[in-house]
Amino acid sequence: MPARKTAARLSQPHLLGIEPLSIEDMELILATARNYQTRVAGQRRPVPRSDLLAGKTLVLAFFEASTRTRISFEIAAQRLGMDVVDLATEASSVQKGESLLDTVKTLSAMRPDALVVRHRGSGVPHFLARHTDVPILNAGDGAHEHPTQALLDALTILDHKQRLEGLKVAILGDILHSRVARSNIHLLAKFGVRVALGGPPPLVPKEFERLAPGLTVCSRLEDALAGADVVMMLRVQLERQREPLFASPGEYARHYCLTPARLAQAKPDAIVMHPGPFLRGIDISGEVADSPRSVIPHQVENGVAVRMALLELLAGAPA
Amino acid sequence: MKPLLIKNGRVIDPASGLDARRDVLIEDGRITAIDAAISRADAEVLDAATLVVAPGFIDIHVHLREPGKEGAETIVTGTRAAAAGGFTAVACMPNTQPVNDNPMVTRFILGQAAQAGPVHVYPIGAVTKNSAGEELAEIESLRAAGAVAVTDDGRPVASARLLRRALEYCRALDIPLIDHCEDPELAAGGVMHEGEWSLRLGLRGIPALAEELPVARNARLAAETGARVHIAHLSTGSALDVVRRAKQQGVPITCEVTPHHFTLTDEACRDYDTRTKMNPPLRTADDVAALIEGLADGTVDAIACDHAPHVETEKQVDFESAPFGITGLETALALALDKLYHTGKISLPRLIELFSSGPARALGLPGGRLQAGGPADLTLFDPERRWTYRVSEGLSKSRNSPFDGWSFRGCAVVAIVGGQVIFRR
Repeated sequence: MPARKTAARLSQPHLLGIEPLSIEDMELILATARNYQTRVAGQRRPVPRSDLLAGKTLVLAFFEASTRTRISFEIAAQRLGMDVVDLATEASSVQKGESLLDTVKTLSAMRPDALVVRHRGSGVPHFLARHTDVPILNAGDGAHEHPTQALLDALTILDHKQRLEGLKVAILGDILHSRVARSNIHLLAKFGVRVALGGPPPLVPKEFERLAPGLTVCSRLEDALAGADVVMMLRVQLERQREPLFASPGEYARHYCLTPARLAQAKPDAIVMHPGPFLRGIDISGEVADSPRSVIPHQVENGVAVRMALLELLAGAPA
Repeated sequence: MKPLLIKNGRVIDPASGLDARRDVLIEDGRITAIDAAISRADAEVLDAATLVVAPGFIDIHVHLREPGKEGAETIVTGTRAAAAGGFTAVACMPNTQPVNDNPMVTRFILGQAAQAGPVHVYPIGAVTKNSAGEELAEIESLRAAGAVAVTDDGRPVASARLLRRALEYCRALDIPLIDHCEDPELAAGGVMHEGEWSLRLGLRGIPALAEELPVARNARLAAETGARVHIAHLSTGSALDVVRRAKQQGVPITCEVTPHHFTLTDEACRDYDTRTKMNPPLRTADDVAALIEGLADGTVDAIACDHAPHVETEKQVDFESAPFGITGLETALALALDKLYHTGKISLPRLIELFSSGPARALGLPGGRLQAGGPADLTLFDPERRWTYRVSEGLSKSRNSPFDGWSFRGCAVVAIVGGQVIFRR
């Protein structure tokens, strides 16, 4: 792939969330990502490699466990020729009691070209962005946002449905603790998608409807599923619950697991998505996860393309 | 000391209903005359033609942090900040290190305050040992040493059984019990108000119900025991309704509201600024409107700051990790003038009542009024003077204020304690 000079820029110096992004920002990210996709119209394409960001350095700072997002960022950076440094938080000075701010100031002083941050605290990337000029890419902050996931989800929906406006998307499960749900809600609402939320009542508070226009909290799962073009499942986040908000995983699965019978309530051509890692038999049945309706592997594939696009747009400034 | 003659001020004393242009003569630490056109050749004259002359302001909810956290504030710096805000007296909370749960700590605070300067410092003792909520503190000895009330502020008394026993002591001693009302189960893990903004920001919320339920319980306990219960930093419309109804039934209950709770809403947390994190949290616009109504109609007894200094590094962390609390002594009057008086919601006499006779009555403190023969504690303020608050120029040792850089209309100009001018802008 020939090296391109990036002219277009995002309106923001960081990627902190979807909520502050404009439609133009998101369209630019998605258009840029299309250059890096490894599958188009169901056909595999050669893996794109370039030296667009050669000589630039990406630091990955995952203060919370991650496998797929961290590896996805790492692969994305390598395909653009970047050097990647992984801050192994368990072996770093973070463990010696250094404050988060001091750690990030130290990292910034080494002049990396971008910093990917994941942290269990909501708002941590926003806090850090106030203290550094290095572009920060939010790879998930607490229960707040996971913007790269929403962007790769949008790209995947576009691949299958060719549009966003006018679609109905059902997001089901543990909405309360989900940063994926929040980022998707903001993105889809900005593009005129009707979003229906469903799940156990304490995990889907009615006040969610105030987050964005066109959003409905459904007390019955079938209302959320009815006529849906896309069914987005979420993982049950047992680790984020301070107290049990449902009786048992078994009880949850009986009422909220996406089974073929429940999926039948959506449109016949509805696709099924899941940000992973999924709990087979609890939030999604194996039958559905492995069926042709599931686009989960495609989401993962698009994740690399979207992250390459974001690195190009945020870390691509002339040094 | 030369007599001090305050000339031509608008003298407002809510306790006696006085609101007129008067001169005030101060001799030997006491007010000796309040009259039209006093002349006294040997007196130092203070021209108050543009000023309001009020009883010395009393803040009944201040964290002075001494002993134990002198990095954040000391009795010296805290009382200086108080004077700059127009306060001539403060009541300080017992959550120091060690906790003020025994008379030695109470006496230490009073000793430090005597050395610090003339601002009156009234220590508040703990309800339970170490404010741990398990065993009663030495309430009678605390009182004997000079504590004016008891509270486990910051750590609500969860046990109705303990609270009832403490109230029996308070009734006998005729002191109020101040409760920070927050159901620990409902509020567990919360860092801001539970509502649209906590959902949006992905932060765990503290529901309004967590305040209302213990307020309702406390109103019943006050009625049952006959002891005075004072609700600290009341923040929700629903809890205010409980207080209003209880007062109508003659229950001995009082409450205070902070300037930040009648000024800001939970939307202020949108940038995860730790200077908007305090407990109780900033609530909704509906709550703000209800609090202002309560401030106007007499349901609220006092404006109190909940001045909670923290060293900069403690607050320079992410929102969830940050401690609760903001400073407030130097902006309280300005916020009250801006949000309550200049908006036409309350009159100046009512505003002054909320800073003087109201808090004095709620805690049973001396002062809070202007009368010939009484102590010369006065606050003189200019309700019109425009100024900008800058924490870097503030007198508190800490800088955790969300109002840094705010422009105000109105400020304290002179604070007088015992006839001595302790602050002048």
